[in-house]
Amino acid sequence: MEKQDWRKAYWKANVKYVLILLAIWFVVSYGMGILFVEPLNQFKMGGFPFGFWMAQQGSMYVFVILILIYVKLINRLDKKHNLK
Amino acid sequence: MDLQTLTYIIIGITFAIYIGIAIWSKAGSTKEFYVAGGGVHPIANGMATAADWMSAASFISMAGIISFTGYGGSVYLMGWTGGYVLLALLLAPYLRKFGKYTVPDFIGGRYYSNLARTVAIICTLFISFTYVAGQMRGVGLVFSRFLQVPINEGIYIGMAIVFLYAVLGGMKGITYTQVAQYCILIFAFMLPAIFLSLILTDHFIPQIGFGAKLDNGQYLLQTLDQLHRELGFSEYTSGKKSTIDMFAITAALMVGTAGLPHVIVRFFTVPRVKDARSSAGWALLFIVILYATAPAVSVFARTNLINTVKNQEYATMPQWFKSWEETNLIQFDDKNNDGKIQYVGDEDRNELYIDRDIMVLANPEIANLPNWVIALVAAGALAAALSTAAGLLLVTSTSISHDLLKENLYPNLTEKQELLAARITAALAVGIAGLFGIMNFGFVAQVVAFAFGFSASTFFPAIVMGIFSKRMNKKGVISGMIIGLVFTASYIVYFSILFPEYNNADHWWFGISPEGIGFVGMLINFAVSTAISYFTEDVPQHIKDMVDEIRLPDESRKVE
Repeated sequence: MEKQDWRKAYWKANVKYVLILLAIWFVVSYGMGILFVEPLNQFKMGGFPFGFWMAQQGSMYVFVILILIYVKLINRLDKKHNLK
Repeated sequence: MDLQTLTYIIIGITFAIYIGIAIWSKAGSTKEFYVAGGGVHPIANGMATAADWMSAASFISMAGIISFTGYGGSVYLMGWTGGYVLLALLLAPYLRKFGKYTVPDFIGGRYYSNLARTVAIICTLFISFTYVAGQMRGVGLVFSRFLQVPINEGIYIGMAIVFLYAVLGGMKGITYTQVAQYCILIFAFMLPAIFLSLILTDHFIPQIGFGAKLDNGQYLLQTLDQLHRELGFSEYTSGKKSTIDMFAITAALMVGTAGLPHVIVRFFTVPRVKDARSSAGWALLFIVILYATAPAVSVFARTNLINTVKNQEYATMPQWFKSWEETNLIQFDDKNNDGKIQYVGDEDRNELYIDRDIMVLANPEIANLPNWVIALVAAGALAAALSTAAGLLLVTSTSISHDLLKENLYPNLTEKQELLAARITAALAVGIAGLFGIMNFGFVAQVVAFAFGFSASTFFPAIVMGIFSKRMNKKGVISGMIIGLVFTASYIVYFSILFPEYNNADHWWFGISPEGIGFVGMLINFAVSTAISYFTEDVPQHIKDMVDEIRLPDESRKVE
């Protein structure tokens, strides 16, 4: 029974991480880069209209960071469950 | 030394490297042939994945497409990078845990069915061959442009090189050549970009440069928008594609990327499950280095181009303009006979035709860089095309020798026979791909983009549901894949091949172009497969146990 429990907890935590990270993934690309790009373009970041910058630069940087965060989170989860 | 000799020397050196690696890394077993022995370091695998992924289209055409479509080109930037997040979070670690060699392996095993495996094999062949034909053509084009070799001879040379390292070395040979190819292509792409950025904006980093001010104190992007308005083009930083089409294309490309068999298979080559995650991170980082530079190159090249030609006398055009005119990639037609170049948005008055590929290929000349940089760009374009072609050829040969022959038809095949079969099918695949390149179907370039639609509407739902749902059964997944593929293929064939005259927003369903229809195909696949599974038998217990097994880390890693 105890064995079952850590497995369930591990999977639940993993799914939670995935959902949160994918929500951010959606917001930075589809949200800021496509759906709300026009209003965001009102804001300027140096020479960049912000929505345009998110679509052509920002979203990609966030993607890389999201994967790194996921790697870190899972490594921490492994440690918490005493996995080598 | 003249350009031609230099180009021969530099391409010769890179080819010598690839062949050297092929000989050094000859595969001795099927495991080495299919997944490089499963011992590739995650960073090396990241580089190999990046080279595998970035094709001639990424290297040569993408910056050009963005250059001409401005904000609208963002679909390729987000679409071709965002898929790696899906790969790292939803697919790669679990497929690595499953621990076999191919995508059809997973589909056949998880859905306890040889029929499902066969459908997956057909999808793999479908996707990979549509994709690889364009690559071989790309190899031929680069040869013909830079070395004045006829296109077909260029394709033969490319076939010979790929043959050497794919057939001899299998995945092991491909992996290490791809690492070398990544280094060559990224260097060749970044160097002209950095120089262009320095020339235009005094900034060393192109990503900063294209948001910076010009010498006259005005922002570069503002200047470009202004030029566009003046000439009657739509504004660079805001697009003309509809929001729903932007959304659908981006989604189809992202999901399609995550489902591409030649990309997925790369994650079978790392030693541990955790390496599959970090390797996806490295791969994306290496890809983003080029992808984040491309839109900067687009802006520099576009601004340079407009400033060079706008209302200028044709006679005063610089040397690079003339030399690209000879290849027909630039064409000038003086409609009003005033001797000046009118480059405007209005089709009737526009006098200049510019091929999008010029934006990358002519950059070193525009920026007055030395000849060896031009030669390097040629070598980089070849590296990009060859690495992708080799990766694709390997998955097609694996899906025949391993999935079809060994798993489905002749389970008694010995290791030695299977390895021989793998080499023979790899050789055959090289031949067929070359033939496709030589026959040059006019629609090939277009078809490459559609490979994503097929992969989005077949593999992605099948694999994700296989991992995240224990209720998905074989009937559901088989019907989902077939309906997804048939729907997407019909829509694409209807609009792109049968009735190109209807291929516009007025006739598209919901305003979604054929490029983005894979997204709808994916939704249909999810809906159909879920509904059918729900109304048919439950999944056998041993498969449910297997899914649990895939989801979780190894029990043996647990220390109490």
